[in-house]
Amino acid sequence: MRAVKVLERLLATIPIMLGVAIVVFLFMRLTPGDPVDIMMGEAGYVSEGEIENLRREFNLDKPLHVQLYLFLAGVIRGDLGNSYTKHAPVSELIAERLPATLELALGALIFGLVVAMPIGIVSAVKQYSVVDRVSMAGAFLGISMPAFWLGIILMLLFSVRLQWLPVAGRIDYDASLQAVTGLHVLDSILTGNKAALISSLRHLALPSVSLGAAMAATVARILRSSMLEVLRQDYVTLARAKGLVEFLVVTKHALRNALIPTVTVVGLQVGVLLGGNMIVETVFGWPGLGRLVVQAIFSRDFPLVQGAVMVYAFTFVMANLIVDVLYTYLNPKITL
Amino acid sequence: MEAQTTPLNRALYPFKLRLQLWGRNSLNLLRELGKQPSALLGGLLVVLFVLMAVLAPFISPHDPTKGNLREQLIPPAWEKEGNPKFLFGTDMQGRDLLSRIIYGARISLWVGILAVGISASIGTALGAVSGYYRGWLDTLVSRFADLLMAFPFLIFAIGMMAFLGPGFTNLLLALTLKGWVVFFRLARGAVMAEKTTEYVEAAKVVGQSNPVIIGSEILPNIFHSILVLGTLRMGSMIITEASLSFLGLGIQPPTPAWGSMVADGRDYLVTSWWIATLPGLAILVLVLSINLFGEGLRDILDPRLKVE
Repeated sequence: MRAVKVLERLLATIPIMLGVAIVVFLFMRLTPGDPVDIMMGEAGYVSEGEIENLRREFNLDKPLHVQLYLFLAGVIRGDLGNSYTKHAPVSELIAERLPATLELALGALIFGLVVAMPIGIVSAVKQYSVVDRVSMAGAFLGISMPAFWLGIILMLLFSVRLQWLPVAGRIDYDASLQAVTGLHVLDSILTGNKAALISSLRHLALPSVSLGAAMAATVARILRSSMLEVLRQDYVTLARAKGLVEFLVVTKHALRNALIPTVTVVGLQVGVLLGGNMIVETVFGWPGLGRLVVQAIFSRDFPLVQGAVMVYAFTFVMANLIVDVLYTYLNPKITL
Repeated sequence: MEAQTTPLNRALYPFKLRLQLWGRNSLNLLRELGKQPSALLGGLLVVLFVLMAVLAPFISPHDPTKGNLREQLIPPAWEKEGNPKFLFGTDMQGRDLLSRIIYGARISLWVGILAVGISASIGTALGAVSGYYRGWLDTLVSRFADLLMAFPFLIFAIGMMAFLGPGFTNLLLALTLKGWVVFFRLARGAVMAEKTTEYVEAAKVVGQSNPVIIGSEILPNIFHSILVLGTLRMGSMIITEASLSFLGLGIQPPTPAWGSMVADGRDYLVTSWWIATLPGLAILVLVLSINLFGEGLRDILDPRLKVE
């Protein structure tokens, strides 16, 4: 039954994605400036024939609604067009860089959750204690800090001054790593390459922390506030009165319900991770999708920007779908 | 002395009453805020930043855009090679960092206020109308809002700046085009809830027209929620602007913006750490103060928004 509902929700995302594609397409086409002029920008004198060829190649000579149809048809096939500057299919370029971005996003997510969950729970259980006050002060700082600045500060402290961690990149040049999934940490574990594992973890550390800090702060705060609310409930008092061990009261009864609003927030924070991704990748020279998009923006490579924005939006929608499914596991009253 | 019951006075009376109530409520609010030290601190710092921004031409020691290359990369005054003439040091073009930071406050504050103000106005107006009248308008706008929510905020802003090009107005456009959604949802929900109350029914019975009901009766009651939400959103708007400027997509040189200053400083991080660090610190302190003030405001006005 649930599987059917999940499938239904999955199908419901299609109109959303269609809408996203249309919005992205419209923005690209409606911006001032002829795309061909932009492409030809630096090339100096170009013959009429070449311009016409380019127009035809990118379907720019057809009416707008035909262009939209061709674009959408391509998207469904997985064809996101060709990059203006790199002369390769956009989907290829994105797929190439996606594992790096995925690894960073996962690193940040794991860091964020690993930090936020214990802090949120302990702060709530021991309200007004030193741990609570310090954690909440730290969390408050975390939500007020721009990620790019945190990244730079961490870089200054750990890479430049203390020289404990590397400055940029994903892995040391001389670490020969077999690519299985594209995620260096996972690959080093799978191939038993200890040196590569250490190297990739050292490179992943600072970017993950920079990206995940704001998320950790937000999640810790919301978890604490939900836990506080839940711990006041009658059923918690009953569980304690029954003689249940405090640990079980907190985890089995309170946490499960406190996670409900928290999980929703995590879903939204995934969006923040996807966006902040671009910034952190730029700061740390991380060779991922985010940095590619920023470069594409400056080289006015619209198909690439367009394709990447759609990939990000799609990931966000999927993440929130997963959150909704998780939600039904946590709160049996809600059905999909 | 009695007030004369001229037609003008009679017409103005409800507004006068409203104004008095507003004044009294504001004073109460300030008194409540005064009881919370963190909110007070936040509010004070915000006022300081605003003053700094407004008085920038008078208090800034140097011209923020003119630099002397012979005075480049001077450390802050408290460092060994520092120079008290340049309190926060100079950047790679010899421009005084303190002056640039002072002027940078203008951009950040201006963007924050305008972005939030415009988003809140549009969002609240749309939300109130949608929530009150429902029907096809509501469905249309809600679906559009859902569609916009499929984009993560920064992705949307970066994408828009990519297509529109950099600059202050485009930046505002990018921020408000997505920013109105939260206000829309809040206003819509609140109006839908208020619609069922007795005072609205009473107003209808008396014969007040719908727009007047929305404007005069319902909106003042949801105003505080919008105010709180606006204050809480301002911090993230400012951070988003700084991030866009950092990437080079926001405010363009030579206008000093904190985000782009941090970006400039990146290449000099090893030798001249102050160029990147201090502007970022300014962002942190400003956003921190706004958040402190906003949270204090929320605790007093609308604790419902606590678990958002």
